Amino acid sequence: MKPESIRPAAPARVHRRPEDPWFVKWTLILLAVTVMGLLVIVPVANVFYHALAGGLDTYWRSLVADSDTRHSIFLTLTVAPIAVAANVVFGVAAAWAIARFRFPGRTILKALTDLPFSISPVVVGLMFILIFGLQGTLGPWLRDHGIKIVFALPGLILVTCFVTLPFVARELIPLMEAVGADEEIAALSLGANGWQMFWRITLPNIKWGMLYGVILCNARAMGEFGAVYVVSGHIAGQTDTMPLRVEKLFQEYNLSGSFAVASVLTLLALVTLVVKLCLERQSRRQPEEATESATLVGAFSLLNDRAGFGSRSGFQPDRTDWEICPTTLPNQAR
Amino acid sequence: MSITVKHVSKRFGTYRALDNVSVEIPSGSLLALLGPSGSGKTTLLRIIAGLEEPDEGTIHYQDEDATRRSARDRNVGFVFQHYALFRHMTVFENIAFGLRVRRWTRANVNERVAELLNLIQLGGLEKRYPSQLSGGQRQRVALARALAPQPKVLLLDEPFGALDAKVRQELRHWLRRLHGDLHVTSIFVTHDQDEAFEVADKVVVMQAGRVEQAGAPMEVFEHPANAFVMRFLGNVNAFAARVQRGRAFWANMELACPDYPQDHVRPATVFIRPHELEISHSPNGVPSLEARVVHISPAGSVAKVQLLTTNLGDVLNVDLSPSTYSDLDLKTGDMVYVFPRKVRVFASDYSI
Repeated sequence: MKPESIRPAAPARVHRRPEDPWFVKWTLILLAVTVMGLLVIVPVANVFYHALAGGLDTYWRSLVADSDTRHSIFLTLTVAPIAVAANVVFGVAAAWAIARFRFPGRTILKALTDLPFSISPVVVGLMFILIFGLQGTLGPWLRDHGIKIVFALPGLILVTCFVTLPFVARELIPLMEAVGADEEIAALSLGANGWQMFWRITLPNIKWGMLYGVILCNARAMGEFGAVYVVSGHIAGQTDTMPLRVEKLFQEYNLSGSFAVASVLTLLALVTLVVKLCLERQSRRQPEEATESATLVGAFSLLNDRAGFGSRSGFQPDRTDWEICPTTLPNQAR
Repeated sequence: MSITVKHVSKRFGTYRALDNVSVEIPSGSLLALLGPSGSGKTTLLRIIAGLEEPDEGTIHYQDEDATRRSARDRNVGFVFQHYALFRHMTVFENIAFGLRVRRWTRANVNERVAELLNLIQLGGLEKRYPSQLSGGQRQRVALARALAPQPKVLLLDEPFGALDAKVRQELRHWLRRLHGDLHVTSIFVTHDQDEAFEVADKVVVMQAGRVEQAGAPMEVFEHPANAFVMRFLGNVNAFAARVQRGRAFWANMELACPDYPQDHVRPATVFIRPHELEISHSPNGVPSLEARVVHISPAGSVAKVQLLTTNLGDVLNVDLSPSTYSDLDLKTGDMVYVFPRKVRVFASDYSI
């Protein structure tokens, strides 16, 4: 008797290993490629095409010759790093508080970190105008003390921080919850002080998630339009960031200038994407499977939030289930 | 270094984790904190380590009050239940961590780590990451890491909890030998009485945040202080009885129990361990219970016989040595007579 025929209730028909027919496979691939091509690749390529249509010379001149454009690039490269830095500080603090402590209002704080994602950027700008603007709550006091926030650099930084606030925190909260406090307590029991614990144990465990958050935050900070539009006052050479400059040049029918700035912005986004891919590859090489999958959980939950699915992924990497896995040998020597 | 825990209480919100606990741990001893989950044993261990602060009471290291000292200053080695190895560090760096944060010189660190790798028999694996080790290896690395800064006290939280039976057995013997070599005062937490009895010099049985009994394993097992300890340490047959004027009355038997000399009748529980019962085919003229054999499982180092007493309808578990078992030639359905060799009686208000 063959082993296959032991089961008496087995159906007569033998099912083959499930394999989709070729046309299903290729239709889906074609569909995906077409949509990607039409919605992403063609428009992005078009930006570069138009930017370079007048030749490299024109391209370079439209970027550098105009002092307002130069200033807008400078301004964006000022605002974005400051927003990123603020984000890292807030993100680590919030993630630490939420993942390591139990306190009243913890769930509310966790939900509030997501709030900036769900408010329209224009409304964010308006909110800040209503607080710091001349007619706003603090407006008269600020004017009397000679402090300019709205229609100036501080306003730009404030709104950019606001709209990017969740990025690092959203990455780190699930990550720190998954990693747990065990290693930190172990470090303390071995005689480490708070700083040693943070720099040697906590930070190495969350660094990939943090960098991932930083990259996403940076991309958003550089590309932010709506909130910045409202608080900047749109003053060329003073408060115009790159996205605002693109729009203004476009409105002025300066197509070559507008596309040139747009191409630089797009280039920055592409660089961000490449760095992100490298990071993902790097973090996958780590032997710490739990850390990595938690990073991905963080990323997915973030994407879901961005897409409005609102899902709170309940997935927790199984910490007890680490296997000895020769394929995850660390290839970087310490 | 001896440790003295005096009147320690700890609450988590409304939950009373420890309730006026006092324990004496002699220098160089190996002590087991034994209890069911939720008995407060881990909390006590963490308070001794300085990872938690007691609400009341003091912890003395030798003669010094260490209650307010941080974990860092107490110089204790702590082995965590799930090892808590630093996953981004190699075995070498894990063991070296406690030395590096104490600013040992590089040469001393290398020397000490090599010494410990040798001790835990993991030489050659120092470049591995924790995820590349087996459970038993991780446990040993965790132990080496805790021992590296030469702590005066070693604390282990369920050290063998997450390991399979065989590795567990090996590590128990290894820990016992290691303690014999190092003589560092050690405390470990366990819910497994076999583990506690096998490894420890002294056992502290805990329940619901209180110490039920403390003593040498033999003492605790042979002379349990109360019904809880009796029940918790191994299998036991329990029967309802009553006590009056130093006598206990159970079924057709009358037993001496001088602990309860009061005149009034009190409900009580009679405890008999399965190996403290004898089976015979005839009544032999001494007080005995008539019972029917319900089930026999002869495999293993003892033959386990399950009986049903005829007059009370109670289930009785008896462990027989293989030779006694083969002499008796028992079969399911046999009517036999059971004699308790040793009986312990606790009045019911002390029972759980």
